[in-house]
Amino acid sequence: MCLAIPGRISALHENLGVPMAKVDFGGTTREACLSYVPDARIGDYVLVHVGFAISKVDEEEAERTYRYLAEMDQLSELDDGEGEPGHEVP
Amino acid sequence: MKYLDEYRDQRVAQKIVDEIKRTITRPWVLMEVCGGQTHSIVKYGLDCLLPGQIELVHGPGCPVCVTSLELIDRAHAIARRPDVIFCSFGDMLRVPGSNGDLFKIKSEGGNVRVVYSPLDCLKIARANPQKQIVFFAIGFETTAPANAMSVWQAREQGIKNFSVLVSHVLVPPAMIGILDSPNNRVQAFLGPGHVCAISGWTQYEPIVERYKVPIVITGFEPIDILQGVLMCVRQLEQGRAELENGYARAVQREGNPSAQSMIERVFQVCDRAWRGLGVIPQSGFGLTEEFREYDAERIFDVGSIHALEPAVCMSGEILKGLKKPLDCPAFGKQCSPENPLGATMVSAEGACAAYYNYGRHLVSVEALAGKG
Repeated sequence: MCLAIPGRISALHENLGVPMAKVDFGGTTREACLSYVPDARIGDYVLVHVGFAISKVDEEEAERTYRYLAEMDQLSELDDGEGEPGHEVP
Repeated sequence: MKYLDEYRDQRVAQKIVDEIKRTITRPWVLMEVCGGQTHSIVKYGLDCLLPGQIELVHGPGCPVCVTSLELIDRAHAIARRPDVIFCSFGDMLRVPGSNGDLFKIKSEGGNVRVVYSPLDCLKIARANPQKQIVFFAIGFETTAPANAMSVWQAREQGIKNFSVLVSHVLVPPAMIGILDSPNNRVQAFLGPGHVCAISGWTQYEPIVERYKVPIVITGFEPIDILQGVLMCVRQLEQGRAELENGYARAVQREGNPSAQSMIERVFQVCDRAWRGLGVIPQSGFGLTEEFREYDAERIFDVGSIHALEPAVCMSGEILKGLKKPLDCPAFGKQCSPENPLGATMVSAEGACAAYYNYGRHLVSVEALAGKG
């Protein structure tokens, strides 16, 4: 029920004074209300839940976390079996 | 990056699992709070990838599941009225009340409609001025801003034939209830990522402090969940209890301030009855006095409704992490998604329904993990 799906804003418009966007979810486009992410722009990724964008996807954080996790085995080798890891999961 | 496929990468998942195995030295019980996370865990078999020392128990974070049977009966009584168009999220349609579900009411001539967004109800209200449009406003903090906006916009647009039947629930009071339970087994929580996208995590910091329990805000994709497990295990193994954010691409400490301010305009915190758990003080949202004219419970007098839950159902213990679905003697026999006896079987995100739908009663975890 708390499912929220990331999609890319492809167009902005207003409906009865409410800021709205067309959001592309990998080929499927749906409308979403932008009232709660007022600074979102075309090209931004937003998480959409029941027709409302609830959060902008922080692209830098997404890259950083993914890269950290994808390289975890190399980092673990650097830790050389120490119990206390020399880094934290972001 | 599309922020979806990358977080389902099997190769990265295996690296995280390997790191969890390197880190863990003894058994730990973790609870994922959110029903969406439960669904991901069972769907992708993540629990089967994890070392045997980790037990994942499934939390109360499915709003469809925990909506009380009495309120469902109340909704159905309103939906049966000939002057009403009853609008609901799709998840609620198959949830049985004491006498059938919304599909049955629709088949008997009731005007029941599924909406994608609460704002769709306002379009229906404008197009049907002779009807009363009632929206079943359920959900956790994630959904509250959307539902609040429908009420706010109804007033802004002067729409008089719209009301909401509110059954909003809040995560932190339920977590406190679980931790206060004398039999509590939960040693760390995977926190609800999308709830926290709205509310932030300041409400969770006192829980970490008071109960010395790690909480890691966690997303919903397989890699998000495994990362949340790793962060919990690291804390537990190092004797730490901290609030950590494992879902930094979507969640910030202060949450979403504009969404919070809309919630505060339209809703106020109230006591709420949870299916399977009973009444939890200050655990839900209801409409403020200012918006009472949009309260379907005040508009439609459906009389006194009392509903009885089947005694055999152990969903209350499952929601608290004390039991697992396969512990229940009724699971897959008297109780199935087609004929659910209680909270955890009524929605696809309920723990029992997830176990059933992914055949956990047909194959052992050891076999799924390739050990049997």
